[in-house]
Amino acid sequence: MSEVQLRGFGWRHAGRRAWAVRELDLHIRHGERVLLLGPSGAGKSTLLAALAGLLPEDSGESEGTIEIDGISPLKAFRSSGFPRRPEDQASAAAQFQVGIVFQDPQTQLVMARSGDDVAFGCENRGVPAGEIWPRVSDALDRVGFPYPITRSTSALSGGEAQRLALAGVLALRPGLLLLDEPTANLDPSGAELIREAVARATGPETTLIIVEHRVAEALTLVDRVVVLEPGGGVRADGAPEMIFAAYGDKLADEGVWVPGFSTPPVKATTKADPDLVRAEHVTVPGRLAPVSIAAGAGEVVAVTGPNGAGKSTLALLLGGLLAPASGRIEAFGDRQPPHRWRAATLTQRIGSVFQNPEHQFVTSRVADELALGPRRVGRSPDEVRRIVDDLLDRLRLTKLAAANPYTLSGGEARRLSVATALATAPRLLVLDEPTFGQDRRTWRELVDLLAGLRAEGHGIVAVTHDDAFVRTLADRVVPLGAAEPAPLPRRLLP
Amino acid sequence: MKNTDSNRWRTIDVVIASVIAVAFGVIFWAWNTVWSVTESAFAFFPPAQTLLYGVWLMPAVLGGLIIRKPGASIYTELVAAIISALLGNAWGATVIPQGLLQGLGAELAFAALRYRSFRLPAALLAGALTGLSAAIFDFFAWNSETALWSYRIPYALLTVVSGAVLAGLGSWALVRALAPTGVLDRFGAGRDRALI
Amino acid sequence: MTLVFEPVADPSAPLARRNPVAKLGAALLFSLPLVSTVDPLTPAIALLVELVLLPFFGVRYRVLARRAAPLLLAAVGVLVTMVLFAADRSGELLFSAGPFEVTTGVLATATGLILRIFAVALPGIIVFATTDPTDLADALVQNAKAPARFALGALAAFRLLPLLAQEWHALTLARRARGVDAGRNPVAKVRLFASTAFALLVGALRRGVRLSVAMDARGFDSGVPRTYARRQHFTGADTALLACAGVASAAILAVTVALGVFRPIVG
Ligand SMILES: Nc1ncnc2c1ncn2[C@@H]1O[C@H](COP(=O)(O)OP(=O)(O)OP(=O)(O)O)[C@@H](O)[C@H]1O
Ligand SMILES: Nc1ncnc2c1ncn2[C@@H]1O[C@H](COP(=O)(O)OP(=O)(O)OP(=O)(O)O)[C@@H](O)[C@H]1O
Ligand SMILES: [Mg+2]
Ligand SMILES: [Mg+2]
Repeated sequence: MSEVQLRGFGWRHAGRRAWAVRELDLHIRHGERVLLLGPSGAGKSTLLAALAGLLPEDSGESEGTIEIDGISPLKAFRSSGFPRRPEDQASAAAQFQVGIVFQDPQTQLVMARSGDDVAFGCENRGVPAGEIWPRVSDALDRVGFPYPITRSTSALSGGEAQRLALAGVLALRPGLLLLDEPTANLDPSGAELIREAVARATGPETTLIIVEHRVAEALTLVDRVVVLEPGGGVRADGAPEMIFAAYGDKLADEGVWVPGFSTPPVKATTKADPDLVRAEHVTVPGRLAPVSIAAGAGEVVAVTGPNGAGKSTLALLLGGLLAPASGRIEAFGDRQPPHRWRAATLTQRIGSVFQNPEHQFVTSRVADELALGPRRVGRSPDEVRRIVDDLLDRLRLTKLAAANPYTLSGGEARRLSVATALATAPRLLVLDEPTFGQDRRTWRELVDLLAGLRAEGHGIVAVTHDDAFVRTLADRVVPLGAAEPAPLPRRLLP
Repeated sequence: MKNTDSNRWRTIDVVIASVIAVAFGVIFWAWNTVWSVTESAFAFFPPAQTLLYGVWLMPAVLGGLIIRKPGASIYTELVAAIISALLGNAWGATVIPQGLLQGLGAELAFAALRYRSFRLPAALLAGALTGLSAAIFDFFAWNSETALWSYRIPYALLTVVSGAVLAGLGSWALVRALAPTGVLDRFGAGRDRALI
Repeated sequence: MTLVFEPVADPSAPLARRNPVAKLGAALLFSLPLVSTVDPLTPAIALLVELVLLPFFGVRYRVLARRAAPLLLAAVGVLVTMVLFAADRSGELLFSAGPFEVTTGVLATATGLILRIFAVALPGIIVFATTDPTDLADALVQNAKAPARFALGALAAFRLLPLLAQEWHALTLARRARGVDAGRNPVAKVRLFASTAFALLVGALRRGVRLSVAMDARGFDSGVPRTYARRQHFTGADTALLACAGVASAAILAVTVALGVFRPIVG
């Protein structure tokens, strides 16, 4: 039940010179379903936060107005202006039910048990106690949450956490539903399930705004597309078919994943050399069933599989960051397995990129983050500067060189974390979801960078849910099955 | 930008104070062991052990310095005490009233400065006062059977010193180190950095 | 030693089922008065009562022993302190260690203090071993009228604990992946530990900031009167538990006063 009206709206994060969004005029009618597009860093997440009333005055500077049903969302949530009479409260509460699911699901779970977490929002909004639990189980059913309500929220995989976060929002029956890349971490079947859940949960009474880079998948859910212009304002606005017919080429050029624009494959020109790394029947109980994999110089190996299959675990094993419970890993002809190497040796040979970019950052400036690796392997200051500047430029991070890595947008943080591994360019790269959250242009840049490394004889192992990436770049695909609690082989390999 | 002069706690104030308390609850849990183990090591002059005491008083000062609102010291120290009791410690539930008292010490210091000054002198004063309140509690509750001049008095004085140095100076230095990381941007303690 | 986040007792035991506020109140009512005296008899009786009640809380003696293990270290500390610094050295001289005279009086006081530590600490240990943090927060809000914003804020922060353990692991991995390790150099190890610990604190605060945003996003501070999905009841049995705890400690103190062994800490 919500109508959104933005007039000249702008927001600048504290500590930044550039405006994240600016001069935005937008009117979204009650019950409309909008897909919000725009290059990485265009301010999509910022806009959603503003609509949810989550940009408090002390975290930046705003201009223009933003209204949901005629009321500023920031004011709507503050207790000062809240109606005193119970009947007014009830109607106000119904009115302001904005539900938002953030880009990173783990940061939005509040309670220790899954059921309590879904109930949390209902309690806050004053839903009568007797009504809460039916709502909770209904919401959990709708998103296909597979565990009982007592399941600990800290024991969920990324995909499961995303489902729970969505359930927590659906239980509120929001009039305005805001979803920020709700399927970014999900395998294709999980993503389908979430889309179905959203479709089912949003009747004609719900206004929906969804941010998603992969347009084709989200199109079934929406009837209007709004493309944000990075500098400010709206680039294009209208029905999907209309937009893509009229601006398709231009938008694709500017980085939007316009459906129908395929990406030409970049296949290896040389044959793969002998193996850089070879893992035989490695397992980690409860996380990874036995698997064998090898990657040679000059090839890209893609590891695919459903959520929880153990892909990230395998990446840690290959990256020398985790010891296998059984099986063995050999790399670079060293007698020692990688997890026993000194860190300095390790970084010279293997570069790792984690699934969660923020787990990777160790400094407080983007440029320092990139310079750290080259400096450690003893490059001269000039060389370091050249490498850093080049990467910043190619990955469109130059303006953010002095920013704190933790204040980057989702896609920017991903690019930075991949770039840290590219900066040292070790012979073997192990990348966990290197392309998630990227617009078409930055995606292309990443793919080209990796293809360049491959041509120079580097080996690349990439864990990914990204079909386009596999089709474009992968020389080989290693699919992992669904996770089964791995029974330990009775006899270990020699 | 307006300064948050309102005394109402925002959600972020509550949560950050709690997170500090939780982090220190864990540190307490580890520190309790350090304390017990070093007890024999400091046997040549046990009162000197109170120099470690300041760590238990840090949440009170740190909470006050970051949140800058009435009740911050008491709340942070109290929650830290409850968490350390939840995780299991050697003093059981008595740490809860003790935490309340220790928080009160720092709170009085910040209140005396009318929640306006959060510079080094304020931090030292808060550290010393929370040390004093801790010293008074121990003076009666735990040390009553020891010799007055060779133990009780030096112990009490050293607790105050430890409070001022570890809790006061330590917290102040920690806030200074935290500010550039950007996590305190929404607090007075983390403002005024260069634009990017 | 590992951190235990969950209650370690049988939750269906008759006293473990009591309202968390009642349990906490009872623990404080029972143990705080014990602090007022340093004679050995008072804590001895109290300890006896506590150990007898233990099964009703569903805590097994083994579990309790593990949780109370740090107490032994504390006890040793008290003994050393008393040998060196006891104020009262009356009684028969047993032996002298250098300038320090160890008398029966010293040992009696030390015994009293050690027993007191155990007697005072056990109720708290038992109660917290049988209480789920979520239930405690709920009860504090619903039955003890604690402000909901503060209790739930603390609870939400408490949820970060297991995540912080994972984060510590991730930070260590990240440092290794980026070529930062200490090797065998102990100084470098300490520095690496300190920098990782600082990063953990920063990470915890950053999570806290986001958590508060997430809570606001779900209407945490909206001013609407909150409802409660999980009801905590404060029944007659809970009142009885509180009363019993108060009466028990009063009775113990009365006995020791009557027997003339009561030794107050003040005066
Ligand atoms: N907390 C913050 N502090 C400072 N700057 C920020 C903060 N959050 C985002 N920004 C900046 O604001 C700009 C817009 O960020 P936003 O997250 O809205 O982008 P986005 O369109 O969602 O991008 P993506 O598709 O990569 O997620 C970016 O340049 C980003 O670096
Ligand atoms: N640190 C950990 N301790 C225990 N179990 C873990 C840990 N990390 C992951 N798991 C579990 O191991 C399994 C495999 O996890 P992993 O992260 O490797 O999956 P994945 O294939 O990368 O999944 P996704 O596609 O969601 O990233 C999951 O069931 C997960 O719950
Ligand atoms: Mg975003
Ligand atoms: Mg993964």
